[in-house]
Amino acid sequence: MEYTNMMELKFLSKSQNESFARTVVAAFAAQLDPTIEEIADIKTAVSEAVTNCIIHGYENKIGIITIKAFISGNKITIEVIDEGKGIDDIEKAMQPLFTTRLEEERAGMGFTVMQTFMDELEVESTPGKGTLVRMTKYIRSDK
Amino acid sequence: MRVKFAKKEDTLIVKIEGELDHHVAESIKSVIDDEYEKKSCKNLIFDFKNVNFMDSSGIGVIIGRYKKIKENNGKVAIVNANKQLHKIIEVSGLLRIIKCYNDIEEALKEI
Repeated sequence: MEYTNMMELKFLSKSQNESFARTVVAAFAAQLDPTIEEIADIKTAVSEAVTNCIIHGYENKIGIITIKAFISGNKITIEVIDEGKGIDDIEKAMQPLFTTRLEEERAGMGFTVMQTFMDELEVESTPGKGTLVRMTKYIRSDK
Repeated sequence: MRVKFAKKEDTLIVKIEGELDHHVAESIKSVIDDEYEKKSCKNLIFDFKNVNFMDSSGIGVIIGRYKKIKENNGKVAIVNANKQLHKIIEVSGLLRIIKCYNDIEEALKEI
C-alpha cells in the first residue's frame, strides 16, 4: 500500500480501550482536515470494529488488538486486526441484524454501520487465526 | 458517562451524559431497568442532549428497553439526538419503531 503517513497502535481487548482507540484514529485523521461529520463517521466505524474484536474475536477474553492507519492523498485507510476466533461465514456476519448475541441485546448492526459510515469495507478472516477489517474513507475536498 | 432520571406522570425520562458505547452499555441497561421498575413507570423517553457519541451498542440499549416497555404496554421516544446520533438511529432502522422528537415537551405530548 502506498502512503504518505501511517501509524500503528496496539492495545489490550478491554472495553475501556474502545474510546481510546476511536479518539486516537480521529486525531490521526485530523491532518486531512475532515468535517465534524466525517470525524464522527470515522470514530463510529472504528468503535464498531474494535467492539467486534472484543466481543466476537476474543469473546471477552484478553488479546491484542492492532490498528493501522494509512494516509494517501485525501484518503484514509484503517485496519483493525485481531488474532482471535475468526469468522466462519463473513457474508452472513455482514448481513444487517445478524447477531450471534441476541440475548445480550446486540443490535447486529456493526458491519452495516461500518459500511454506511465509510466508503469502502473489506473483511479478511481465517477461523482460528483472526480477522482483519479494512475501511477506507475519502475526505471530501469540495467542502 | 452519567445517567439522570426524572419522572413525569407515568413516563420515565432518562438523561444520558457522555459517550454511549459497548463499554458502558451493560451498566446503563441495568440502571435504567432498575429505575423503570422502582418508579413503576409505563413510558420511557431517552434524552440524548448530552450524548456526544453513540455506536450500535447504544442501538442495542434502546431496542432492549423498547422490547421490555412494549411488554408493559408502554411507549419509547428519543429526544435531542444530534446529527451523528440521528445518522446511526436512521441506519439501524430504529425509526420504524421509535419516534424522535425535538424536545421533551413535544415527546410527552405525543407519547
